[in-house]
Amino acid sequence: MKVSVNVNGVSFEREVEPRTLLAYFLREACGLTGTHVGCDTSSCGCCVVVMDGKRAVKSCTMFAAQADGHEILTVEGLAGGGKLHAIQQGFWDQHGLQCGYCTPGMMLTAYALLKTKATPSEGDIREGLAGNLCRCTGYQNIVKAVQQAAGTLREPVGAN
Amino acid sequence: MSISAKPLHSVGVPMKRKEDPRFLQGKGHYVDDLSFPGMLYLSLVRSTYPHAEIKSIDIAEALKVPGVKAVITGKDLEAAGLGWLPTFHGFDKQMVLAIGKVLFQYQEVAAVFAETRAAAADGAEAVQVEYAPLPVVTDPFTAKADKVILRPDRESKTNHIFHWEVGDKDGAARALASSAKRIKQRIWFQRCHPAPLEPCGCVAYFDAMGRLQFHVTSQAPHVYRTALALVTGIAEDKIHVISPDLGGGFGNKVPVYPGYVCAIVGALKMGRPVKWIETRTENLTSTGFARDYHMDVEIGATADGKVTALHVATTADHGAFDAAADPSKYPAGIFGIVTGSYDFPVAHAEVDAFFTNKAPGGIAYRCSFRVTEASYAIERGMDILADELGMDAVELRKKNFIRKDQFPYPSALGFIYDSGDYHKTLDVALEKIGYQALLKEQAEKRARGELMGIGFSTFTEVVGAGPSKHFDILGIKMFDSAEVRIHPTGAGIVRTGTKSQGQGHETTWAQIVAEELGLDAATIMVEEGDTDTAPYGLGTYASRSTPVAGAAITMAARRIREKARKIAAHLLEVGEADVEWTDYKFQAKGVPAKSVTMKEVAFAAYTNMAQNEPGLEATYYYDPPNMTYPNGAYVAVVDVDRDTGDVKVRRFVAVDDCGTVINPMIVEGQIHGGLTEGFAMAFIQEIQYDAEGNHLNTNFTDYLVPTSLETPHWETANTVTPSPHHPMGAKGVGESPNVGSPAAFVNAVVDALSPLGVRHIDMPMSRSKVWRAIRDAQGSKA
Repeated sequence: MKVSVNVNGVSFEREVEPRTLLAYFLREACGLTGTHVGCDTSSCGCCVVVMDGKRAVKSCTMFAAQADGHEILTVEGLAGGGKLHAIQQGFWDQHGLQCGYCTPGMMLTAYALLKTKATPSEGDIREGLAGNLCRCTGYQNIVKAVQQAAGTLREPVGAN
Repeated sequence: MSISAKPLHSVGVPMKRKEDPRFLQGKGHYVDDLSFPGMLYLSLVRSTYPHAEIKSIDIAEALKVPGVKAVITGKDLEAAGLGWLPTFHGFDKQMVLAIGKVLFQYQEVAAVFAETRAAAADGAEAVQVEYAPLPVVTDPFTAKADKVILRPDRESKTNHIFHWEVGDKDGAARALASSAKRIKQRIWFQRCHPAPLEPCGCVAYFDAMGRLQFHVTSQAPHVYRTALALVTGIAEDKIHVISPDLGGGFGNKVPVYPGYVCAIVGALKMGRPVKWIETRTENLTSTGFARDYHMDVEIGATADGKVTALHVATTADHGAFDAAADPSKYPAGIFGIVTGSYDFPVAHAEVDAFFTNKAPGGIAYRCSFRVTEASYAIERGMDILADELGMDAVELRKKNFIRKDQFPYPSALGFIYDSGDYHKTLDVALEKIGYQALLKEQAEKRARGELMGIGFSTFTEVVGAGPSKHFDILGIKMFDSAEVRIHPTGAGIVRTGTKSQGQGHETTWAQIVAEELGLDAATIMVEEGDTDTAPYGLGTYASRSTPVAGAAITMAARRIREKARKIAAHLLEVGEADVEWTDYKFQAKGVPAKSVTMKEVAFAAYTNMAQNEPGLEATYYYDPPNMTYPNGAYVAVVDVDRDTGDVKVRRFVAVDDCGTVINPMIVEGQIHGGLTEGFAMAFIQEIQYDAEGNHLNTNFTDYLVPTSLETPHWETANTVTPSPHHPMGAKGVGESPNVGSPAAFVNAVVDALSPLGVRHIDMPMSRSKVWRAIRDAQGSKA
């Protein structure tokens, strides 16, 4: 079947098997390998992408066909204009990553979280990220990374 | 030309990680990201039975599945001489695909190659295997009876794999018998799994020159190359192993797995690249598990609490094959560290390992070969002894610590501890946690019937294998190596035999070179994992990267400095003996105004070297004279809900002494991560099998990884006692928190329950287990 998905502002029209998962559509049909797969049960969140601007979805739990006609943001679309996104910068500054495997899903979940909650408490962040597993960091620096990003994103544009 | 202040004192600086920009932008290169023209996918058929004879394997239906190109079985591999794979320490072999029978559930039975990932999975579903079930052995104590012999392929017809012991057996027995106080406790460190978030996998193909190009999730790529050459007969120059970015490893990516061999065989057979990526279920059910040690711990002491003797007898469950990946002379790893931080006059440790119908492994999961088990045993044992003596656990520890004036300290089980100041490290922890105030609070809560516990772990690790006279894998000595090249403009590249899996080598290694040579760490590139370019090394595990490769980098950089000194002499127009390395630059002795930077010398090494050999590079193979002994003092504070068994870790203080700290940000990150894995083992993780040998934790809904919600907040601090024999004084840290923390959690929970008479509880301390312990204790009191 034919599926058309707008990924990071680019339209990808691909012929896929109906059973193709969105995660593999992104990785193999679109060549965007930043979205990772870490489990078979929707538990780990390595595959999280953002759908239609604000909803974090586990792309291993959706068929590519379900994303037909929708907009998807992956980790490759976070940075812009030669500049890291505030969330990426936060993860870098606060040592919010080690092996990097969970990082894309973690950042996109944070992206959706900050769309709905501009000033999250530590509890909000910990709750918001509970669907994303990290085996390396113990989450503490990830929480700090998201807090830093929230602060940056709250600053009025042009404040710097 | 002058260098900025920035690169000076590069060591000890929390430099942001150089590897991060690619990970942050989704541009990491993990094995599953690779794709080659014509690539096939491999899917494995796995056993549904834990122990069964294979009556038949019917591949006809599988071959009809659209896209399936081939199916191979154990018989095909056996005919090609590839039926068995040697395990890393060389005492056993493992079936690549089952031959004759299966020995554990999810064992590899057949390999299906197909045009797509999905077609390969469909093909694997269509393979029909007929089994005749055999009696199942699921624990080492049953295995011991030898009623069912699991491995008739072996010469000795017994399930007993090995007996290992160290120390003075009779002396320890005598001392225990004559001790005024004595405790004995069976302590089980349950079967766990490292479960890195990226599963294991590979892509194999033979290039136009007939070379095997093997991209694989390996913590030890050079060892893989040599092992593949030995097993397959392919000349070692025709094997290129590339270990790209790894999504965590924790020991899980040390062994060679059957899927790798099948991918290579498929690539050879079909002349096309073959990719194999295991599923999470395959990862948890078939690749290297860890622990599963049943330890009988006996400690003797005088009436006033001075330890007199230690004896530990362990029964180990190694699963279906002995694939523990330990150094060849150490079948039970470095379990001899079980005397811990304490001055035992005499000790004896022994381990007996057995085959069972479970997945093979026993790998060093974020620890230096069975050190986690040993550390847990002694730290738990000391708390039980304190309880027996009616003594404060802190007081008992302080009374028995190896004093700082005793280093280098020869332990009763044969180690020479390099350095430490255990009293100081513990004092830092006590102050940070506010021990006296906590004791007061606890007394008040106990008076009200509330359950609050304070648990300590004052562990000593042994890492950095190792002196080559003691340690080898498949006969290859456990040295490590570094090659450092400085380019004309003062930038450079470092290559090592180690392989980062998230530890941040690209930053740490650059900082070491920058420190030694006065260069900018930002322009020192690090490359690892490619056997064509990196010098030979044994890889990253057992916290050996900084102790061994880090030392090799330091020594290689110092060799460069010596060569640079000659060129500096030429530039300064003085004799070599009149050049000194001061403040990160060369200067004419006593003439501060007359100096050259390393950057200037580097340029001269290619443009104006006079009579000296051109270029500026060095290689160093480092054979450590001893291991290093990181240590720490950890304190956990818990509140236990008497009615539900719910445990809340209210505080956790970790004070680590890993010697010289190269990048404090990275070290703290390692500690956070290791503590979280320790927390997981203490409270939620266990690989379980039912009595029929069915694996019960086949995915992340049953084998739980802590989330951000339940993971405690970590408080860290450190003391610095440099290693006297490491050229930078560093000791290694990645594993300390995983080794040290489980005992702190358990000691805290047991301390909370101690008013009820509870003396021990095995991990994982699930809510129901704690609730039962409370109920049983209250029942026995009633």
